[in-house]
Amino acid sequence: MPIIKVNNLSKAFGGVKAVSNINMSVEAGEIAGIIGPNGAGKTTFFNLLTGIYTPTSGEVIYNLERKISSKSFKPYKMTGYGVARTFQNIRLFKNMSVLDNVLIGCHNNMSYGLLSSLLHLPAFRRSEAKAYDEAIKLLDIFGLADKKDEPASKLPYGEQRKVEIARALAAKPKLLLLDEPAAGMNPNETKELTKLISWIKDEFKLTIILIEHDMSLVMGICSKIFVFDYGNLIASGTPTEVQNNEQVIKAYLGGE
Amino acid sequence: MEQLIQQLVNGVSLGSIYALIALGYTMVYGIINLINFAHGDIYMIGAYIGFALTTFLHLGFFPALILSMLLTSMLGMVIEKVAYKPIRKSTRIAALITAISVSLFLEYGMMYFVKPETRTFPEVLPNKQISIFNTSAVLDIKNIYILVVTITLMLILQYVIYKTKVGKAMRAVSLDSDAAQLMGIDINKTISYTFAIGSALAGAAGVLVGSYYNSINPLMGVVPGLKAFVAAVIGGIGVIPGAVLGGFFLGFTETLVSAFGGSLYKDAVAFAVLILVLLIKPKGLLGRNIREKV
Amino acid sequence: MKLINKKNMLGFLAVILTYAIAGFLIDKGFIDSYIFLNIVLIGINIILAVSLNLITGFTGQFSLGHAAFMSIGAYTSGILTAKLGLPFWVGILGAALLAAVAGIIIGIPTLRLKGDYLAIATLGFGEIVKIIGLNTDYIGGATGLNDIPRYTTWTWLYFCVVVTVLLISNFIKSYKGRACISIGEDEIAAEAMGVNTTYYKVLAFTLGSFFAGIAGALYANYFYFIKPDSFGFMKSIDILVIVVFGGMASIKGSILGAVLLSLISLFLQGIPELRMVVYAVILFLIMVYRPQGIIGKGEFKLFKKRGGLNANNQSK
Repeated sequence: MPIIKVNNLSKAFGGVKAVSNINMSVEAGEIAGIIGPNGAGKTTFFNLLTGIYTPTSGEVIYNLERKISSKSFKPYKMTGYGVARTFQNIRLFKNMSVLDNVLIGCHNNMSYGLLSSLLHLPAFRRSEAKAYDEAIKLLDIFGLADKKDEPASKLPYGEQRKVEIARALAAKPKLLLLDEPAAGMNPNETKELTKLISWIKDEFKLTIILIEHDMSLVMGICSKIFVFDYGNLIASGTPTEVQNNEQVIKAYLGGE
Repeated sequence: MEQLIQQLVNGVSLGSIYALIALGYTMVYGIINLINFAHGDIYMIGAYIGFALTTFLHLGFFPALILSMLLTSMLGMVIEKVAYKPIRKSTRIAALITAISVSLFLEYGMMYFVKPETRTFPEVLPNKQISIFNTSAVLDIKNIYILVVTITLMLILQYVIYKTKVGKAMRAVSLDSDAAQLMGIDINKTISYTFAIGSALAGAAGVLVGSYYNSINPLMGVVPGLKAFVAAVIGGIGVIPGAVLGGFFLGFTETLVSAFGGSLYKDAVAFAVLILVLLIKPKGLLGRNIREKV
Repeated sequence: MKLINKKNMLGFLAVILTYAIAGFLIDKGFIDSYIFLNIVLIGINIILAVSLNLITGFTGQFSLGHAAFMSIGAYTSGILTAKLGLPFWVGILGAALLAAVAGIIIGIPTLRLKGDYLAIATLGFGEIVKIIGLNTDYIGGATGLNDIPRYTTWTWLYFCVVVTVLLISNFIKSYKGRACISIGEDEIAAEAMGVNTTYYKVLAFTLGSFFAGIAGALYANYFYFIKPDSFGFMKSIDILVIVVFGGMASIKGSILGAVLLSLISLFLQGIPELRMVVYAVILFLIMVYRPQGIIGKGEFKLFKKRGGLNANNQSK
């Protein structure tokens, strides 16, 4: 039973098809990679998966805790459905501390009332203490616990990417969507991140879909790869299959 | 019916004034993203310059109009250089508060110099009324002056924006200032011209209103300024035809509301229309919707 | 996370001491009615600024209509205490609740708008509220509402200021408050993390309006007399100026800003003719030389550059 199923998904912006007719599925526990040249529609695809865009036609069906179709997607509901994501251009809350960034990730799992918020009643303290522990645990995993009070914008680029992943994990997702997690990292950092991604996948029992340009990362950990070009899914399969696919080679190297 | 015709005539005049002021708001917003709250006060100063020229120098309507436009355009450029240039890279709220400080400065500075009382603008336009289609509705010759002057100015503006180098530069800067700069356009000069043109139009509106209603005071710019701004937003701020559309739309709406006995609420209706338009078309009637890139 | 610690205890003591000392000075006549009037104004401005800071500074929603909520509170308390003869606490509570309801009604449609557009829409709503007030005979129309009993004492004032500051500071530190701040920082990321942005924007707006209503009640029951013009667009601007001058998203800043700006306008009363001109120059200088305010934190969204000079990519 696939955890995510995409049926004939298309998205057009004023006549320009950014994504057309995508069919795919990912099984639980997989790490799937999405690759393709710039402007191939990868991020648009992620935005469709997370309700930021509504499909022009077709649909996305999640089979996480329960069956959800893209008809009932709304960006703020996705973490509740078990889907969390990071962004290509890092969207941390820059002036908030690293800790607060991760605590926002816990948002959906907290639920004390307005009165508790205003008066700091026991429910407030209980819930906040629990969230604090969880957030610290996550920051520990990424080696960032000692930087918890720094404003997120003060961290180096690579660490900001990690905070973003920690923040997504704080939402306790079943499916994690990573948009270019290794962008801007040097080869050593990328290697470390590659290990970390496959480790958190097992540790948190996740399914991961990631967009990435760094082939060492993609080929290293993805069990399945989808190749986008001009909004179309031109190939899919295991890393080896994709590497030998003629259409893929053409898309990457150009030519006829 | 007669009253309706009468109100339509008034609507054209009021709409012309709003449109003239709204053009300045929209041009400035289009080019530097600033809600220039001081714009209504430039209109007020335009009226005072017109008043001084006609009362003390006994100039006729047209010389006063042209001189007033010239002087307000210079004032607009000075304001931009002194007050807005230092905050050009600053934030929305800081820019807004700066614009408000300029507005207060002009209002109360004027009040200090010319005293707060209302002045009577001399009769510089022929005071003749024509009955429309033999009804009791009358068309004041002044209405025709307002409309003709407004349309002429708009045609000139159209020419400047689409046929001259300055206009091309203005359009380029409002589209993408960085790219415009790379193409060798002098941003500072272009912004200066924009303020000059916008302020001249506001100055013209000031003289027109002064000679139409015959009374002016240092706070006369506040309400029309706000309304013209509303008109610009209704039409789609930053879009030049939008300002004209919004101006006339608001002018007609207000006079119609007055015609149906709601004159006490006409300002409220103007704002209600604004909110309604924004909710249905968040960027105004002619505004373009731009999606945020994720 | 402990409720009673050294810092809390010291703060608590300072709050009680300030209350007692000032109360004593007022009692013994060391603080005369003129000084007290200014203290009342400062207190009201603190409540207004802190509550607007929740909306504009923390949640990043640019509002130019805060005075409207104050006016709703002022009139509500005026009617409850003057016309219906009810006690002050009913007036305050009624004022806060009605202002909050108005906040919900106005917030739900307008908070879909962003940036300058939201500012314009809230400005419009503020003016509509004012015009309705001007044309409603029951509350005196343009001439205003008279003979409101003077219930605002030092105790009420101090109590309301402390409660406002405390509750809003607490709220900011809760997960709901964090959600509001995250919206101010990056709305798209906040949504992606499960924050129902519409709900939290309306919540912040409603809470802010609630406390503005309290400020209105204190105002009405101190000055005997209120009229719609006192709560126009310029009053909203004045509150915004305090928030910006004090520092966006800083509660301490708002308090300090309210005190300093009230003092500045007090001194300017010595030159009535040039008062506004000098005020305008001061505003201008602050915006040019200290746009981040006295206690400025980092770059907040509303505090970011206006997209270079670019009209079209402003929301990036």
